[in-house]
Amino acid sequence: MGVAQVPPLPETPGPLFPELASAEEKFRQCIQCGVCSGSCPMGEAMDFAPRRAVKMLLEGRFNEVVESNTPWLCVSCHTCAVRCPSQLQISDGLFPALRAAVMAEGKAIDQDLQKALQNTYLYGNPMGISPKKRAEWAKTAGVPVPIMSQLRRPVDVLWIVECNPSFEPRGQEISKLLARILNALGVDFAILGPEERCLGDCEWLAGERGLFEMLIERNIEILSKYKFREIIMTDPHSYRTLLKIYPFLGGRYHVQPVVAFLAQRLDQLKPLLKKKLNATITYHDSCCLGRKTSHYEEPRMLLRAIPGVKLVEMVQNRESSLCCGGGASTIYLDRYIQERVKDRLADRRVMQAAATGAETLAVACPFEPARFEDAVKVTGNEQKLIVRDIIELLAESMEIA
Amino acid sequence: MNIAVLTKQVPDLVEGVEIDSTGKAVDPDSIRYILSESDDHALEEAVLLKERTPARVEMFSLDTGEVRDTLCMALAKGADRVVLIRTGLETLPSNHTVAKIFASVLQGLSFDLILTGVRAIDDLDGSLGGLLAGYLNLPYVGLVRKVEMADGTSMAIVQKEYPGGYAAELEVKLPAVLGIQAAEQPPRYVPVSRLRQVMKTAKVEEKETTAPEPETVAVERMFKPEEGMGATMFSGTPEEIASQIVGLFSERRLVR
Ligand code: SF4
Ligand code: SF4
Repeated sequence: MGVAQVPPLPETPGPLFPELASAEEKFRQCIQCGVCSGSCPMGEAMDFAPRRAVKMLLEGRFNEVVESNTPWLCVSCHTCAVRCPSQLQISDGLFPALRAAVMAEGKAIDQDLQKALQNTYLYGNPMGISPKKRAEWAKTAGVPVPIMSQLRRPVDVLWIVECNPSFEPRGQEISKLLARILNALGVDFAILGPEERCLGDCEWLAGERGLFEMLIERNIEILSKYKFREIIMTDPHSYRTLLKIYPFLGGRYHVQPVVAFLAQRLDQLKPLLKKKLNATITYHDSCCLGRKTSHYEEPRMLLRAIPGVKLVEMVQNRESSLCCGGGASTIYLDRYIQERVKDRLADRRVMQAAATGAETLAVACPFEPARFEDAVKVTGNEQKLIVRDIIELLAESMEIA
Repeated sequence: MNIAVLTKQVPDLVEGVEIDSTGKAVDPDSIRYILSESDDHALEEAVLLKERTPARVEMFSLDTGEVRDTLCMALAKGADRVVLIRTGLETLPSNHTVAKIFASVLQGLSFDLILTGVRAIDDLDGSLGGLLAGYLNLPYVGLVRKVEMADGTSMAIVQKEYPGGYAAELEVKLPAVLGIQAAEQPPRYVPVSRLRQVMKTAKVEEKETTAPEPETVAVERMFKPEEGMGATMFSGTPEEIASQIVGLFSERRLVR
């Protein structure tokens, strides 16, 4: 299996948010096969699973759909969209449009989500932390982490760190390790630091189109100030958005997720992977690296390269991987969802991981360590399973952790 | 019914606040201003009232910080008119001065209800509403969390918070000044596209005020809390701090 090269730049401009009206014609191509609803991990909890929602919308029963729980239970796992025989944009088109409709009508939205959106508007991150503190983590990285505005020269690689790995404690630790790995590989890299803002994936999918556009405008402006050969990203959600959505608004970049970037340098990396880890590992394909951008092999290549690692697969893997339940805006809707869903997706996924007999669940998305560790406790697997980012595993084997 | 909402912007603590080189004031360069939180609730309560009874909501804001966004946000939420009060002051004045400015702006205008946040980060004792009511010679109720109209526009029934989880319903003769603690629901969300749309056409009126009298209370020194006798400061990683706290608790026999 080959390593993804720097992906080609998307050419075709297209509608960002097919409004329900303009999307109607497209959605008339729905053959009501029910593949979407049958594939949907949240379908059972939805008032109207996707097939039914599409039908109702085509029948003009717009208000019923908008007022139901359906718009807010979709976790943007994208399973429906990749399987729909009519190639309808259910997760990226229909659901954001439904959520946008809720907001446009001035209806109250979930308080946790509202707070995240307000924070992003004010501070450029959903946590509500001053953007000045974006690069605080880098001070204790143990290796130089140059900041673009201070460097005053072009760099080879611009690393967009994104919100969670900049601000959340576990994410910050992983960022420090990645900085050390890049340093060990001799990569000429820099970060944006205080100039970096949320790239807007969650905002877009939450239906907050205006905020998304505002963030895009600002990010394109910042990125245009600097020269770099390519961008690497820690967060698959933002990666997907920068890769697939920004080009429609004039932001075209060579961008790769960190796992793909590292897999390309496997020859250089392998001799550095000295410590044997002696671990049976199962890997969780996140929706944004998997179904949405097809990076199935690179994470596995990295894991297999670590001495002593035995890789085992969960029943649902690659294209059929089960979402962690935190895609799109649902990362802020945990409470809302918990009140309506019996088995949380993260719990179900952790049970699948435990069933493989692996003692390590490897992930490549900054949201997952916290989500899955919580699920490990909830499902009583605390003694059996630990959750580790691929970066953490690589750094441990490189003995730079 | 006419409702006035009086607001001001306060330093955003998320962005941090520094003390300037004189040691007597906050460094204006370190500050970003945002709408005071309980003023936001006052606006929300006014808009909720308007949704229940026909009313006209006018918002007046002092000019510290970038106020236009805040005023446009108010229009997007449902205010009918927004007015920027030009004070010419660089920093937020004392509450006495703010109350006098608000009183002079409201002079000659007729409002049934005058709502403002019950407190702000620079007014933790919540004196603004009471001072304003004094200058306007109107009744005042503070810590209000619900406002309803009784008998047309001559009387309001307000819920006021008391300690210990108690609340009381009070009848207030209008016009009156109310200090809002919290609106009946959290301030609503305005999508950015809606805000941007409003900004394109928004009419923000401006009103000049005469220079306020000099302050009668002067700040001698401004400082961060200092480590006093008997205070133990922890430092280190979260894990280290946690074990230091646990250690202290067991040393004091608070835990076993
Ligand atoms: S999978 Fe596609 S065609 Fe089939 S019901 Fe769903 S939307 Fe319609
Ligand atoms: S994206 Fe996933 S959760 Fe959302 S409707 Fe499709 S299958 Fe269901």
